[in-house]
Amino acid sequence: MTDSMSDTLNNEIIVPTMAQMAAEGKQPDILFWVGCAGSFDERAQKITRDICKILQHVGISFAVLGTEESCTGDPAKRAGNEFLFQMQAMANIQVLDGYNIKKIVTGCPHCFNTIANEYPGLGGNYEVVHHSQLIQQLINEGNLKAEGGESFKGRRITFHDPCYLGRGNNVYEAPRAALEVLDADLVEMKRCKSNGLCCGAGGAQMFKEPEPGKKDINMERMNDVLEANAQVVASGCPFCMTMLSDGVKHTEKEQEIQVLDIAEITVRANGL
Amino acid sequence: MIGQVIFIIILLGAAYLFGKNVAKIRRNILLGRPVNRSDNPGERWRTMARVALGQSKMVRRPIAGVLHILVYAGFVIINIEVLEILIDGIFGSHRIFAAPLGSLYGLLIGGFEVLALLVLLSCVVFLIRRNIIRLKRFSGREMTAWPKSDANYILIIEILLMTAFLTMNAADYKLQVLHFGHYIKAGNFPVSTFLAPLLSAKAGTLVIIERSCWWFHIIGILAFLNYLPYSKHFHILLAFPNTYYSKLEPKGQFSNMSSVTNEVKAMLDPAFVPPAADISRFGAKDVTDLTWKNLMDAYTCTECGRCTSVCPANITGKLLSPRKIMMDTRDRLTEVGNNLDKNGKDHTDDKSLLDNYITREELWACTTCNACVQACPVNIDPLNIIMQMRQYVVMEESQAPSSLNNMFGNMENNGAPWKYSQADRFNWNK
Repeated sequence: MTDSMSDTLNNEIIVPTMAQMAAEGKQPDILFWVGCAGSFDERAQKITRDICKILQHVGISFAVLGTEESCTGDPAKRAGNEFLFQMQAMANIQVLDGYNIKKIVTGCPHCFNTIANEYPGLGGNYEVVHHSQLIQQLINEGNLKAEGGESFKGRRITFHDPCYLGRGNNVYEAPRAALEVLDADLVEMKRCKSNGLCCGAGGAQMFKEPEPGKKDINMERMNDVLEANAQVVASGCPFCMTMLSDGVKHTEKEQEIQVLDIAEITVRANGL
Repeated sequence: MIGQVIFIIILLGAAYLFGKNVAKIRRNILLGRPVNRSDNPGERWRTMARVALGQSKMVRRPIAGVLHILVYAGFVIINIEVLEILIDGIFGSHRIFAAPLGSLYGLLIGGFEVLALLVLLSCVVFLIRRNIIRLKRFSGREMTAWPKSDANYILIIEILLMTAFLTMNAADYKLQVLHFGHYIKAGNFPVSTFLAPLLSAKAGTLVIIERSCWWFHIIGILAFLNYLPYSKHFHILLAFPNTYYSKLEPKGQFSNMSSVTNEVKAMLDPAFVPPAADISRFGAKDVTDLTWKNLMDAYTCTECGRCTSVCPANITGKLLSPRKIMMDTRDRLTEVGNNLDKNGKDHTDDKSLLDNYITREELWACTTCNACVQACPVNIDPLNIIMQMRQYVVMEESQAPSSLNNMFGNMENNGAPWKYSQADRFNWNK
């Protein structure tokens, strides 16, 4: 705890890999499954580091797979390539079981959904939470507050429900709990929770051009954001992050509207 | 006596015809692949009670929801009256429940009348919503002439049936006041009382009105019953089994294909001997590749369009409409069934659900967001059909859009959907 506290003060994060931990004969409490976006996408990398900061701040012993991690196979499965999905899944399960992993936190609702729901049928059984659920738990236990950092008091914040967190897995309250501690002005968009509108990236749309139509889905979602008159759009998915950020850019509202992950907001509010 | 004979003949004929058509739909549904939906009966009964019986998802749209509950409650409860009509028709009695039920009978008939009026008014509002206000949800590419007429026919038939029921009661009530023949004092008529002044004062005319309405009402109901198998209105029956057999897993969870699991296991472990599989194709090209639950979904769909109205692809002008996926599946299945009846089991017509009904452009527009599944008041899952058809296009035909093929290649080679090296995966920590 004291070690990690001083690291936090130096604003430095120490992220052990499972390989390192195993070499030292240690087992972390939780594995942080970073995901492809969290590993490679510049914006999402920032969120990845913020999730590590939170874990370090509260003193949870964690590790990542590093270069041993591979795509969960979600976009392959949603695109109809079940072979590739199952190849990915089996390989990942071998790695996870090799390290005797029991508990996983993911930084992405797609990884969360796939590992939690689709891996058990292929022999991979883990307790999986999305990072917003972990943050909610830490707040409930009193281990995480919103003090010592940027104040969100009175700012208009809205939450965009990622499909695979909300409708896909009925997680609506956890991300909102992380926002409620901010003493901010929480507003809901016209389409929210189980009626939330997709950002347009799911089902492997992220990796292809959209079909011909009147407009792009993220621009349709931007209407809801503008209507809610929000200053901050919070989300919990790296793909939603890309789509919403693009939407803000296209509407030239970068000065007025910030798109932030739940983890980023938590880190800012706590000055981590 | 002759009336009883005619009644029984009509009743038996209607029952036979209906049974025959239902058996055909059942046969068609069972053309689908097997899928196990018999686990966890407790949860299944609860889902059916909540969603079908309790209409829990209907009220997500309050106006349509409340009006629908009125029609639904009216329809179910007024059927107690139909039971009396059936018994009277067979035995030549008149209001046979009046004597044994006593004052309760009056209360029941009074209640039916109020419900009948509410059903009638709701149907009028529904007609206005469809034909005058022209709500966007009721139009769309798939809403061609027949689906639109089908909806109007259903509403008009219900209005006529309710009108006949109330007119019959009004005439009966007047005859009761006149102490005419066998028209004993029975029932309360809170609504038809107001219709009574419009009718003739002559007993003979009143008897003719009462009898014609009685016959119209019951023949109308039997005809309507036989209209159901040809209509979207079949949902009033299938809503119950369809919600019972709902997917109980989280919506985000897509089932893993066991045939693929066996092949993958055999690839990873040469010692693994896969169990002898039936040589079916991967994914779905035609309706017979889908599961029986997909096919039951198709017959259950009442084309309300709640799915399409929340579909992000459809909202933004793409070709995809989840309602069309369901209607196409049903129409193709009906076609396959008819072919089967006409030409026998081994007949093929060189057509398929893919391409002849559903285009690839529609399939690839889906974001798998589950909004359509969430919106459906009877737990239909259009997404599951889209996914199986994508699987066919990708795994059997290798016809994925080229950008997706690139994504597959990246994932195979680098373990990520983008062209980054696996060795760089931990660079975010630098």
